[in-house]
Amino acid sequence: MKLDSRIPSGPIEQKWDNCKFEMKLVNPANKRKFTVIVVGSGLAGGAAAATMGELGYNVRCFCFQDSPRRAHSIAAQGGINAAKNYQNDGDSIYRLFYDTVKGGDFRAREANVYRLAQISVNIIDQCVAQGVPFAREYGGLLANRSFGGAQVSRTFYARGQTGQQLLLGCYQALERQVNAGRVTMFPRHEMLDLIVIDGKARGIVTRNLVTGKIDTHLADAVVLATGGYGNVFYLSTNAKGSNATAIWRAYRKGALMANPCFTQIHPTCIPVSGEYQSKLTLMSESLRNDGRIWVPKKGGDSRRPVQIPEDERDYYLERRYPSFGNLVPRDVASRAAKAVCDEGRGVGKTGLGVYLDFGDAVRRLGRHVVEERYGNLFEMYERITGEDPYSVPMRIFPAIHYTMGGLWVDYRLMSTIPGLFVLGEANFSDHGANRLGASALMQGLADGYFIIPYTIGDYLATAKLDKIDSNHHEARRAENGVNEQVKRLLSVKGKRTVDSFHRELGKLLWEDCGMARNAQGLQYAMGKIAELQQEYWQNVNVVGEGAELNQSLEKAGRVADFFELAQLMCLDGFERNESCGGHFREEYQTPEGEALRDDDQFCYAAAWEYMGPGQKPALHKEVLSFEHVHLAQRSYK
Amino acid sequence: MSTASAALTGKTSSHIGFWESTVGKKAVMAVTGAILFLFVVGHMLGNLQIYLGQEKLDHYAHAVKSIPALLWGVRLVLLLSVILHIIAATQLGLRKRRARPRAYVKWASAGSTYASRTMYWSGPILLAFIIYHILHFTTGQALGPEFREGEVYHNVIVGFSFIPASIVYIIAMLMLGSHLYHGVWSMFQSVGISHPRYTPLLKKLAAIAAAALVIGNISIPVSVMLGILK
Amino acid sequence: MKLKLHVWRQKSAASAGRMVRYEVEANEHMSFLEMLDVLNESLIEKGEEPVAFDHDCREGICGACGFMINGVAHGPMPGTTVCQLHMRHFKDGDELYLEPWRAVAFPVVKDLIVDRGAFDRIIAAGGFVSASTGSAQDANAIPIPKTGADMAMDAAQCIGCGACVAACPNASAALFLSAKVSHLGLLPQGQPERKERALKMVAAANHELFGGCTNIGECEAVCPKHIRLEFIARRNRDFLKASCTFREETAAAGAG
Repeated sequence: MKLDSRIPSGPIEQKWDNCKFEMKLVNPANKRKFTVIVVGSGLAGGAAAATMGELGYNVRCFCFQDSPRRAHSIAAQGGINAAKNYQNDGDSIYRLFYDTVKGGDFRAREANVYRLAQISVNIIDQCVAQGVPFAREYGGLLANRSFGGAQVSRTFYARGQTGQQLLLGCYQALERQVNAGRVTMFPRHEMLDLIVIDGKARGIVTRNLVTGKIDTHLADAVVLATGGYGNVFYLSTNAKGSNATAIWRAYRKGALMANPCFTQIHPTCIPVSGEYQSKLTLMSESLRNDGRIWVPKKGGDSRRPVQIPEDERDYYLERRYPSFGNLVPRDVASRAAKAVCDEGRGVGKTGLGVYLDFGDAVRRLGRHVVEERYGNLFEMYERITGEDPYSVPMRIFPAIHYTMGGLWVDYRLMSTIPGLFVLGEANFSDHGANRLGASALMQGLADGYFIIPYTIGDYLATAKLDKIDSNHHEARRAENGVNEQVKRLLSVKGKRTVDSFHRELGKLLWEDCGMARNAQGLQYAMGKIAELQQEYWQNVNVVGEGAELNQSLEKAGRVADFFELAQLMCLDGFERNESCGGHFREEYQTPEGEALRDDDQFCYAAAWEYMGPGQKPALHKEVLSFEHVHLAQRSYK
Repeated sequence: MSTASAALTGKTSSHIGFWESTVGKKAVMAVTGAILFLFVVGHMLGNLQIYLGQEKLDHYAHAVKSIPALLWGVRLVLLLSVILHIIAATQLGLRKRRARPRAYVKWASAGSTYASRTMYWSGPILLAFIIYHILHFTTGQALGPEFREGEVYHNVIVGFSFIPASIVYIIAMLMLGSHLYHGVWSMFQSVGISHPRYTPLLKKLAAIAAAALVIGNISIPVSVMLGILK
Repeated sequence: MKLKLHVWRQKSAASAGRMVRYEVEANEHMSFLEMLDVLNESLIEKGEEPVAFDHDCREGICGACGFMINGVAHGPMPGTTVCQLHMRHFKDGDELYLEPWRAVAFPVVKDLIVDRGAFDRIIAAGGFVSASTGSAQDANAIPIPKTGADMAMDAAQCIGCGACVAACPNASAALFLSAKVSHLGLLPQGQPERKERALKMVAAANHELFGGCTNIGECEAVCPKHIRLEFIARRNRDFLKASCTFREETAAAGAG
């Protein structure tokens, strides 16, 4: 298989314009004759469904939640980047592009990133027009802040609830189309397989999560916007329901999975407190703007943080990275935290934590300013830990937060299966090996509002789509496969709960394919995962029936897919013999402990092809070329 | 579920009339409530003239009745207000029952006043009281042979000398206080007037007005029972 | 700590439900939902069906979770969803009653899960600004006074969890509805459809059989996002104005 990324011709500034012009259009009167399935209703899926509805397509949108408004985009706190340069601080489309490519440690496709930076400007306009209540200055104009690793203030925000407000804007646009009859919403429906007919994506098989009914839905194109797979780690900042099943089923039907080992660890999460822990809570990265991160200089220091004098504290980020200090990118900050904890200098009962201290900020700005900026985050911290962060430094620790890897897509966001488009976190395209803060919301909305509505038109206008019905043997086969898997899971009737397997898998992955990896650990993990997976199918206990609301069964199917995905993540990490961004291979580091890329050998996106059960997946390489941002070691010193 | 509710309401229209809506009904209750509240205030001020002596009070009563057009005009407005207030309340009450057919096994208040939660009780009790009150002092049937047309002072003294009647009045006035404690600020909310600076003030004024009405009105039977008024 | 739980168990929308008693061992660092996870794990190990409850983000923002704890929506802590409610607020031996939201507009799906689709339909009726993608002007073209924008944000924080309906003795959706009417009505972008929006959303809530607001204030007390009663007054104002000045439209949108 040859990967064709279909990057348009011309200078980078004109590629998207050229592409838009080259693409065929669908006659307005014909649009309603095309049915498009959108799976997922977050920023990418919701925006795509709403916009395609506005254009006149017949859209069917699916989500597993009870309402499209609950998609996990809602939990994004910090903000959304846009190259508006409203602050006159030297920002530009080119600079946002540059920062994103560099921040991604040179493992993203330049043309895609440039387009993302271009579109960022329109996103803010669109969101304001929808009534998104972004923060404003006294004069009534939009406010900005600088955010995780950026030296310009280009982040737009709505208190600590930016994702929520953007999603509600998108959800409202979506509901408007539902009301207009152009979008049909299928809440509490989970996609369990992709239907591929004559090599083209033509539908999905779903399970109605209330009745348990398995249904086939056919369409002219399928759009997956199902988010990332961070929950493979069990403990992550993802929502409990976030899962990889939709993209994994697409992978098994022939879509390539790219860079699965590129996972992002977020440095500012609340540390784990016990075995029963069900998820990790993120504290917005914006806290690093005013909070100072430190650990005691000597290991095993059990004094209360206020008792540790200034000269016995190690502000290790400020020490190691004087120019960026506490604002270094997420991967760098996370690894630095791991390093000090590995040295035995971690804080808290478990020793897995570092202090994020607002003492200086309160002294410098006054408590009311700190309260205004971070009040809701402090409240959340206190609710969870029972400690008051105004008087005691917060304890934070890195946690899995985002997955840069995902289904491989070309410039037009189409996977290797014609007619299957992948948007947002579910694809691999824009963030390379590390995502910068406030860029996920930007990508989701860019894909949904401004890219897919154009590119899907070109596909529908040019693809020769035969009429099909749900009795087509491929549709039947997919539906039967889903039915069988449900039956199989219910029939094991073993001793262990789904969660206990998931927790074990997560721990394994966190140890050996987490913040730092090495060849030996990855190999060990692959063996262990296979064993655990085998036990799963012999010893899992899924109670209840298939034809009812059954949350254990939902989880069981997702975990079954997580096993396979975890294997591929380890394999991908094992084969990538370099460190880049979120992928830190201990064997490949500079003497100062920074990630050491190997651009001669690994300057590519690794796209894996499913070769059948038990077979080793085939690796396809999309070689990345950097014509504008020159390959260099990232330095934040 | 929408089909089920459509069957129940028989409506699919996206617009709603003023009176059909719960908001409209509450606005009607607010306006009629305001009228009734103003009447109750005026009524009490009139009644308190009892402390100025028999002559004053009877003269006032006579004056009120001297212009039949005005008297009946006011009575008509009050009657209409009471009817609208009751119809709207009843319909909202029915809606409430339909909106939650199954009660909670356990329910606890997290932040409402006792007065606000008992409006559906205090209202009907007040209605019963109003009927009794009219029969007692306006038409006289409840007072019996002692009733003398136009001699208000006499009627009041006689009426309240009968202790059970006084107790009924006292209880009813407490109900009225409770009803107004919520109702007087709530009517502003219903017609869309709320502001963080003024609403707390309104709530205080409502409490003061309710207390004043209760004290003012109760003082009369109490004074009669204590022999202050004879 | 040991807790006695009385949990509403109902197999499906069609079947009858009842309270079932359980005992569970929890510790103070758990969240309330983690305590239920522990209960569920033990039920599965015994081969019993776990208690079904809606939840997703567990960060208090998605609005999926929520049920009554001892008769109070989202439990005893103000401004806190059940997923953010921690067990340190309970003590050993506590007896807790867990019930689903109860309203005819929120039919029970299973155990503590209800169907809140009515909220989506209310938003679909008019809780939006009709601004199709691509039609926007520059984001800074209309300055918005900070106080207005902040107040819009206060209202926009609603997570659509349904606690307001659950707590309201009238099962009214007034607080939910007014949050959206206020959020959009406070912004210049929301003005063209302001009247329509109030009329249509009130009509939709009526159609879904929510009760009427009687200004009691239970909703405000349990709202995890502190949406204020003041917004209900705004909604009333918008609706009454719109209702009194309503005119039929004379041509469809886009008609020349």
